[in-house]
Amino acid sequence: MSDVIFEGQPAGRSLWQDAWHRLSANKAAVVSLVILIVIALVSIFGPYFLPWRYDEIDWNHVEALPPNFALGHYLGTDTVGRDLLARTLMGGRVSLTVGLLATSVALIIGITVGSIAGFVGARVDQALMRFVDIMYVVPFTFLVIILMVMFGRNFVLMFIAIGAVEWLTMARIVRGQTLTLKHKEFIDAARASGGSTTNIILRHIIPNVLGVVIVYVTLTIPQVILFESFLSFLGLGVQEPMTSWGVLINEGAAELEINPRTLIVPAAFMTITLFCFNFLGDGLRDALDPNDR
Amino acid sequence: MWSHLLRRVLIGIPTLWVIITICFFLMRLTPGGPFDFEAPVPPEIMANLRARYHLDEPLWQQYLSYIWHLLQGDLGPSFKEKDFTVGELIAQSLPVSFQNGLSAMVLALLIGIPAGIFAALRQNKASDYVVSGLSMTGIVVPTFVTSQLAILIFGVWLKDTAFHLPAGGWDNGKFQNRILPVICLALPYIAYIARLMRGSMIETLRANFIRTARAKGLPYHAIIVRHALKTALMPVVTYLGPTTAFILTGSMVIETIFQIPGIGRYFVLGALNRNYTLVMGVTIVSAALIILMNILVDLIYRVLDPKVRHE
Repeated sequence: MSDVIFEGQPAGRSLWQDAWHRLSANKAAVVSLVILIVIALVSIFGPYFLPWRYDEIDWNHVEALPPNFALGHYLGTDTVGRDLLARTLMGGRVSLTVGLLATSVALIIGITVGSIAGFVGARVDQALMRFVDIMYVVPFTFLVIILMVMFGRNFVLMFIAIGAVEWLTMARIVRGQTLTLKHKEFIDAARASGGSTTNIILRHIIPNVLGVVIVYVTLTIPQVILFESFLSFLGLGVQEPMTSWGVLINEGAAELEINPRTLIVPAAFMTITLFCFNFLGDGLRDALDPNDR
Repeated sequence: MWSHLLRRVLIGIPTLWVIITICFFLMRLTPGGPFDFEAPVPPEIMANLRARYHLDEPLWQQYLSYIWHLLQGDLGPSFKEKDFTVGELIAQSLPVSFQNGLSAMVLALLIGIPAGIFAALRQNKASDYVVSGLSMTGIVVPTFVTSQLAILIFGVWLKDTAFHLPAGGWDNGKFQNRILPVICLALPYIAYIARLMRGSMIETLRANFIRTARAKGLPYHAIIVRHALKTALMPVVTYLGPTTAFILTGSMVIETIFQIPGIGRYFVLGALNRNYTLVMGVTIVSAALIILMNILVDLIYRVLDPKVRHE
């Protein structure tokens, strides 16, 4: 069946087209998005084009070398002679991956719990939300540290642990949105035409809460990256020679007085990324928030 | 209202128990223990050590005896600091963390709230961008960078000037020793509160009751202070509950970098050394604090928001 009902019908604009329109009018958000894409691409593909590997020691220069183009150390080396740019890009890969994966874990659990609690309601809602309330009280920073100490510095465990912390707020947000959607006419229509609960949640509720969820996601990723750097500071981050922005910044901060460059390079990459995520999140909120229209 | 309060407290108790149980078994079920020394220890000595701390008993027995002692207010002996109980260690270190945390929180509120209001009232003007940019910077730069930078500036570069401040240590809480840690601890919170305050103030100023107040011809400052501020403070209050609990139980980063004998540093040391009882003790204290703070926030909410009050 065609969407056009009569000739000359004005082209409809979906919520997403609308939002995209408003987002692209926000210069800070667009610039942030572009920078984020560039940083992600450079982190993923950059290491293949550099003359030095991230864990390779330049045995002729086991010292913090200033930037030297002839040797291929474009941003110099760290104190044991490893290429700083290669390490920073590798660290970017790890930090961004942790941020994305942990947020995805939070996203999946949060949306599932939140939408079921909100839509099914009654006792299910009571039970699930009481559980979320209880989880909020758990001192998670402590728990994550205990986990990391006990099970070793495990990359997979790290993002699962962080994700398990972050899903709570997501569940609350999704539940709230679901509650307001639940009694809208289109949900009644879906139910009247025989949609099952699962079907309605998947096809009608979740697509409609995605706007709010995306805003939260863009603001959660930088938090996770910061948390990872905090774990690295405690010596519980990823293990050498693998590295992350947190590990690099921590190493650099210790060398601050002698070699500020080893701090500045990874710190610049990380802060710019976090800045961009925050600006993008703000822009998305303005673009997607129905209250602002 | 009292029944509501009572219910919150009653929910808190089983919650604490669940946390204690999870932590207990998490730590005991993993390999390694508090007595993994660098050099191998003769098995007889090891057995003695383990018997001394009841680590040779079956796990369920250890668990029950831990809970039993806990009910009597005994958090057990510390495995590493000989002759100290965990209770004594916490009693020593908690006040230090409390003082620092409270000072930082007060500082954060004193600067963050006015800065946020200021930015909100000048939305999208140059001064708004300055405040917003600064607060974003405060959020994205990790504390361990700012504190190490502060140490470098005030502890090393300005060593021979009047601005010199100690680069670390506590010295029984001398004023100079507190300045840097408290400021570094407060920075991200100042930033976050300012951001939160700006957002909620902008939103509140658009509300209908503000328009009414304006239509009545009230002076501008009266609208801000008497009408908007109360509503705009709500998100800040929500944020303050768990955050205060967190900040009071000691910043692990600040206390490690500035070598402050607070509870956060003990937790880090305890976790790395597998000092089971110490880690448990700190976790319990902090969970109890979070529960308490959440209840407190609930009460403040009732004062601030008439909608919640009449529910």
